[in-house]
Amino acid sequence: MPTKLLLGDEAVAQGAIDAGLSGAYAYPGTPSTEITEYVEKSPQAREGLIRSFWSANEKTAVEAALGMSYAGKRAMASMKHVGLNVAADPFINAAITGTSGGLIVNAADDPSMHSSQNEQDSRLYTEIALVPCLEPSNQQEAYDMVSYAFDLSERFRVPVLLRLVTRLAHSRAPVTLRTRREQNRARLPDDPERFIILPPTARRQYAALVARQEDFVRESERSPFNHLADGPDASLGIVASGIGANYVLEAFAGEVPHPFLKIGQYPLPALLVDRLFHRCERILVVEEGYPYIEAKLRGLPERRSPQILGRMSGELPRTGELTPALVARALGRRAGAGIPPSSVPVPRPPSLCPGCPHADTFRALTEALGTFPETARVFSDIGCYTLGAYPPFSAIHTCVEMGASITMAKGAADAGIGPVVSVIGDSTFAHSGMTGLLDAVLDRSPITVVILDNLAVAMTGGQRSCATGRLEAICTGLGVEPAHVREIVPVPKEHEKNVAVLREEIRYAGPSVVIARRECLQTARRAKRPAREGA
Amino acid sequence: MKRDVILAGVGGQGLLSVAAVIGEAAIARGFFLKQVEVHGMAQRGGSVTSHLRFSDRPVYSDLVPDGEADLVLALEILEGLRYVHLLSPTGTLVTSTAAVKNMPGYPPEETIRAAVCAVPRHVLVDAPRLAEKAGSAQSANVVLLGAAAPFFGLPQDSLVGAIKRAFAGRAPAVLEANLAAFRLGLEAGEDGATKT
Repeated sequence: MPTKLLLGDEAVAQGAIDAGLSGAYAYPGTPSTEITEYVEKSPQAREGLIRSFWSANEKTAVEAALGMSYAGKRAMASMKHVGLNVAADPFINAAITGTSGGLIVNAADDPSMHSSQNEQDSRLYTEIALVPCLEPSNQQEAYDMVSYAFDLSERFRVPVLLRLVTRLAHSRAPVTLRTRREQNRARLPDDPERFIILPPTARRQYAALVARQEDFVRESERSPFNHLADGPDASLGIVASGIGANYVLEAFAGEVPHPFLKIGQYPLPALLVDRLFHRCERILVVEEGYPYIEAKLRGLPERRSPQILGRMSGELPRTGELTPALVARALGRRAGAGIPPSSVPVPRPPSLCPGCPHADTFRALTEALGTFPETARVFSDIGCYTLGAYPPFSAIHTCVEMGASITMAKGAADAGIGPVVSVIGDSTFAHSGMTGLLDAVLDRSPITVVILDNLAVAMTGGQRSCATGRLEAICTGLGVEPAHVREIVPVPKEHEKNVAVLREEIRYAGPSVVIARRECLQTARRAKRPAREGA
Repeated sequence: MKRDVILAGVGGQGLLSVAAVIGEAAIARGFFLKQVEVHGMAQRGGSVTSHLRFSDRPVYSDLVPDGEADLVLALEILEGLRYVHLLSPTGTLVTSTAAVKNMPGYPPEETIRAAVCAVPRHVLVDAPRLAEKAGSAQSANVVLLGAAAPFFGLPQDSLVGAIKRAFAGRAPAVLEANLAAFRLGLEAGEDGATKT
């Protein structure tokens, strides 16, 4: 079988393609983006054999995937962890309707918040949805788990969550590929009423889902991804999941001397946990993200309860991602003593590229607001432009979650502060800004929405933006007065003009939109890439 | 045989391309390999790293454990210094003299150089100048690759082969410039290593 060097994300994508995937839906978000980029670039997608689509947001992505599953085909939706908040509604309700063709939701968590606003743990969503979860520890497992997860999804008719973390999503290793499976044929469900979850059906479906929980535990017990290895030294037992298991193996150079339960599939395999509990007095739990397994083990009403150690007991830090050194220390192994750290380096935060259109917009906006009272506030959003928070711009006051710029601005305006301006990217606007703008229109809120239209989803690598070419139509369609949907070109020579336009619209007492439109430098450069000289 | 390498630089310097070349050369020699990259926000001019590990035995952790790196290869001098604590006591810092001052409070260059020279094993390479000399300012990353080449434990032709494969399909002049950059880096590295 052939071998390919793949990122964890790419292994998921290749695994899906080889498992008969028919549709990949996603909204870009670090560290999940490369899953769908890989599918998009595959020969299968380019020949139209697989549908690969950048959806407006994660919710529409999961819904489209559910629709494809309804039609009997295998589909997946991919997103970063916070994207699952947006998609929580279809994800949780797809567990009630059940699936037909295999349905996988890929959620990539970002412990330590390398590119995120929190480090929530997607495994917890499977507690609400009551569905199985798979968590690979390496690229090969990521590849293998996708095919397994599709089978599991089809056998039990539930969506399956595949949880990744940054360090696996963005780590490359060779992966051995299998023979490709054919795609499912389109086929309508033989029991279509379960997809109409009116209360009587919903109650029945929910009861059936609850009844299957024991089956999911049995599946976990016989899963190839859950494995209890015995070790001679039972003074300590180890439970490790995902990438945490790698750090345990690293600490012992592959020869773990303790009983070692490696978790790759949830719900937890009760039988294997029980065996470990009877063998060990103390158990260290090593997991990336929340102390999820640890809390479960602490809550188990066993006859014989060992001491549970981990992130909650302080053996490992409660926040931030694990490192080999942290795990080695928790295992009582001496971490390598290297060269002392240097005190010279100062932080180097990311910054807007030189010549970035956002920089011109922020300069114009800051100057425009200079003539207004100091209570003027700029509510911003998620994207490259959030870097406008740093000097030399220091141009924004908030950044919370996708779309919050417009709706928070509305609320703040309702509270009577002002003037308030919202700053949102074109793709973020299509993702979650449109509905907020409708609120503002209906309420005639005195807010000015500056849409930074760089014609791409820039921060995640220049994917196609759902808003490109449609912003004016969307804004006027939602009811913004056409006279108050203005366009500016954020370049230095237009500065004075742009300041004037912004000032006029900020002064206007109703909802207004200023579209600052100029292509992202990175996407423009990428389009010309073959001419580039460096490696 | 095992090598743990940290690549450090500033977003946009071509660090991932260097990592890919080393990784490809290691794979071609039949080594186990894991390579962590930084994508996303940090790539906008922020501090970026890659952890590259290859060995004749399975590699478990994707990250290089603190204090175990054999090599820190830095495309920017302050970024090299940022990761010296990952070096093992016998590890080497191979760094470009390039200074990218895109944030406030960039320390004085003498201070940085003094701190680099305090690292027991270090090699300083004037990569921007050598890249110009090689015929392409953008080949500074390959100059550094050349300077660090002796530390990978890989035969030179396997690295050269990986460079050739990376530039397959580009203009022949681009490949020539990068091969020249590799050679100049290699010579500079050998010089630098004997002097320090």
